[in-house]
Amino acid sequence: MRGKVIPQNEMKLVIPSRSANESFARAAVAAFMAQLDPTVEEMTDIKTAVSEAVTNCIVHAYRDTIGKIWIEAGIYDDGRIVVQIKDKGCGIPDVAQARQPLFTTGGSERAGLGFAVMESFTDRMTVRSAVGKGTTVTLEKRVAQRYRHDG
Amino acid sequence: MPVMPVIFETSDCELTALLQGEIDHHTAAELREEIDRAVDILKPEVLVLDFSRVGFMDSSGIGLIMGRFQNVRSYGGSLRVANPPPTVARMMRLAGMGRLGVL
Ligand SMILES: Nc1ncnc2c1ncn2[C@@H]1O[C@H](COP(=O)(O)OP(=O)(O)O)[C@@H](O)[C@H]1O
Ligand SMILES: [Mg+2]
Repeated sequence: MRGKVIPQNEMKLVIPSRSANESFARAAVAAFMAQLDPTVEEMTDIKTAVSEAVTNCIVHAYRDTIGKIWIEAGIYDDGRIVVQIKDKGCGIPDVAQARQPLFTTGGSERAGLGFAVMESFTDRMTVRSAVGKGTTVTLEKRVAQRYRHDG
Repeated sequence: MPVMPVIFETSDCELTALLQGEIDHHTAAELREEIDRAVDILKPEVLVLDFSRVGFMDSSGIGLIMGRFQNVRSYGGSLRVANPPPTVARMMRLAGMGRLGVL
């Protein structure tokens, strides 16, 4: 646990699993992350990873229904951003299998690359899931700070 | 609501789809319909997907490309990806699309 490290700033967002919210969610996290003064590329990495996680809630977790998606983000003095994306959807029976590149239960229009993208565009990704209870994905990335803010 | 527009252009046996905006699961659905409709009518020898005006793409864009690739291949056509910006190209490399010979 990183429990004792207090974020410099944090945000919470709760949205229904409507696909129109995919762009809103990644833009909101990117706007929050701007306080860390990231490069455009670092910003794109987080936007892409968040887009993948939120899309999975919409497409997989709440496949035939609309449910809530909880997004929490914190930024830390050492330049880290941590984003947690949580659903109370169907859950993943075998997380190791789901994380394999190209594995998908989503049919021919899904590439099965969401987890691979989240993993490669962040420094750390963890997945906690329980069938019938839901899934929590945590993304962590440290941005190279070009200068430090005083406040 | 933002729409993901696509502009079509035809020349000889090529159909070019100029994709614009951000490609995610939400916008990919509409793009897929528009492209498939044009392809069904024209059955182009080569379908060109031009990414020069795409500002963002997640792995839904890879699904979009792969689906169209299979679609045109089913009648003997081929697909080519044109002008991907660096971030889009990175996503394509991660997906191993170099091996398909569409880049
Ligand atoms: N939040 C989630 N709830 C339930 N299942 C999920 C969730 N996220 C991912 N999955 C499962 O993991 C698989 C792989 O996910 P991913 O790598 O993003 O590929 P894709 O979304 O293209 O299928 C999905 O097909 C689905 O079976
Ligand atoms: Mg996915």
